[in-house]
Amino acid sequence: MNRAALIFGALLLLALPLSLLAGRVWIDPATTPNAALILGELRLPRAVLAAVVGAGLGASGAAMQGYLRNPLADPGLFGIAPGAALGAVTALFFGYAASPYLLPLFALLGAGGAMALLAAIAGRTGGIALFTLAGLMIASLAGALTALAISMAPNAFAMSEIVLWLNGALTDRSWREVWIAAPLVLPGIAVLWRAGRALDALMLGDAAARSLGVDTGRLLWLLVVGVGLTVGAGVAVAGIIGFVGLIVPHLVRPLTDRRPSQLILPSALAGALLVVIADSFVRILPLVTELRLGIALSLIGAPFFLWLLLRMRRGLA
Amino acid sequence: MILAARDVSLHDRLRDVSVALQPGRITAICGPNGAGKSTLLECLAGLLTPNAGGVELGGETLAKMPARARARRIGYLPQQGEIAWDVPVRSLIELGRLPHGDRRREPVDAAIRALDLEAFEARRAQSLSGGETARVLLARVLAGEPQWILADEPLAALDLAHQLALIGHLRRAATAGAGVVIVLHDLAIARNHADHVVLMHEGRIAQSGPAPQALHEDAIEAVFGVGCEWIGEAGRYALSPRPVATARA
Repeated sequence: MNRAALIFGALLLLALPLSLLAGRVWIDPATTPNAALILGELRLPRAVLAAVVGAGLGASGAAMQGYLRNPLADPGLFGIAPGAALGAVTALFFGYAASPYLLPLFALLGAGGAMALLAAIAGRTGGIALFTLAGLMIASLAGALTALAISMAPNAFAMSEIVLWLNGALTDRSWREVWIAAPLVLPGIAVLWRAGRALDALMLGDAAARSLGVDTGRLLWLLVVGVGLTVGAGVAVAGIIGFVGLIVPHLVRPLTDRRPSQLILPSALAGALLVVIADSFVRILPLVTELRLGIALSLIGAPFFLWLLLRMRRGLA
Repeated sequence: MILAARDVSLHDRLRDVSVALQPGRITAICGPNGAGKSTLLECLAGLLTPNAGGVELGGETLAKMPARARARRIGYLPQQGEIAWDVPVRSLIELGRLPHGDRRREPVDAAIRALDLEAFEARRAQSLSGGETARVLLARVLAGEPQWILADEPLAALDLAHQLALIGHLRRAATAGAGVVIVLHDLAIARNHADHVVLMHEGRIAQSGPAPQALHEDAIEAVFGVGCEWIGEAGRYALSPRPVATARA
C-alpha cells in the first residue's frame, strides 16, 4: 500500500465518525435522545453510502485519466452516468419510484444499456478516439432523452422529482441503498485496480503498450466494466454527482510517483473522503432545505476544473 | 533465433515480403517515405497481423504466440517517444519488466548502467531532454532482456552526438547477442553502422543484403530516383547527390 493510500485511508477513518455527528442537529452520543437509533439507522448508512459512492467515482476517475492519458478526463466520458440517469428518470417519469428497488434497478439498466450501446458502436477493437466519441454521443443522446422526459413530465411533482434527483443527493438513504451499491461498486474498483499495470504501460502509447504484452482490447473492456459498475451503481443510489472523478486523482497524484496503477486505490479512498466531507457539509449548512450534494460538488468542482485548465495553459499541470 | 517474414502482405502497404533476420547484428530497414518500413517493423514485432503470409520467431509463428511470451522475446521502441505521465525515470524503465510479471532489480540496474543513466534514475521523465528521453526509452526495452530489439527511427529526433551514442548502445546489445532491427531514414548511418540492410520500395523489398550491396548507388537511384555517389571510406561514408543535368532551353 502506498503513501497516498495510507494518508487518505487514515483521513477517511477520522472523517467517518465525525461525519456521523455532523448535521442540522449535532449529536452527542451521551446526551442526545435516541442517539443510537439516529446514528445506526440514519447517519451511518448515509456516511457508508457516501464513502461507497465516492470510492467508486474516485477510482473510476483515476482509471479514466490513466486510460485516456489525459488529466482532464472524467468517468462521464463513457456516457455511462447519463445512461444510468436516463434509466432513473424513466422510473420517475412512469411513477415507478414508489417502489424502493425499481429506481436503482432502472438506473442500473440504463448504465447497462449505455455499456451495450458502447459495445455495439465501438466493438472490441475500437480505439480510444472511437470509444470517447461513442461515449460522448451516448451522453448527448441520454441527456436529450432526459430533457425530453423533464419537458413531458406528467405533472409538476414528477418534474420536480426528476430535477431534484438529477442533482444528486444522499438524503434519506438507508442500508437498502448501501446493499444495492456496495456489491457493485467494490468489485468495480477491484476490476479497475486489476487494470493498473496495463494502464502504466499505456503511458508509453498504444503501440508500446501492446509490445509489452498488453491486450488493449481487454484493457478497454476492463475499463468499461469497472466504470460501468462503479459509476452505474453510484448514480443508481445517489443521482448525478459530478466532478469527484475529475478532482480526486489530482489530489492524489502529487503523493504518488504518478503511475496510473498507484492512483486507483488511493483515489478510491480520497473519493470516499471527499464525498463524506461534502455530504457532512451540506447537512450542516444553515439553509431552509438541504443543499443537494451534486450541486455542492459542482460548486467546488467547476472552479477547480477552471483552475486546472489555466494551470495546464501555463504548462504546469 | 531467426526472425523471419514469410510472404508477408498487408493491404497495399506490404506485398509478398520475405526476409530472414539474424541475431547478433544490426539490420537497418531503409527506403523512401511510404515504402512500408514501419509497417514491416510492426509486423516483425507482432503488432500488426499480415493479411497473407506470416512472421516466425525461431520457427514459431508470431501470431499464434501469447502476447506476453512474444513481448518477453521482442522489445519494440515506437517512433514517438510518448511519456504521458511525469513518472520517475526508474519507474519508466521498470515497465520493461511487465511481460515477465516481475520487478527484478538486476535487469533494470543493468539497463540503467548500459545507457549511463545512473544520474537520471530519480529524475522525472518529462524533465529530460530529447537525447536523454531516447536513452531512457531504450533502457526500458533493454530492461525486458529481449532477444530482439526493434526500433522505429530511434535516431530521428537526435543530434549527431546522441545519434552516435545510441547506435553505440545498439551495437553493444547486438554484440551481446540480441538481434537489432532499426528503421532508418539516413542512408549514410545505415551504410556505416548496419551489418545488413533491407531496402524497401512501394511495399516490396528492393534489396536485402550486406550494407555495401543493398545500398549500392544504382539501387539507391532505382528506389529514390536520385543519382548519388558514396564518398569517404569504410565506416565514414557520406552520400553525395550527383549534379542534375539541366536541359537547354
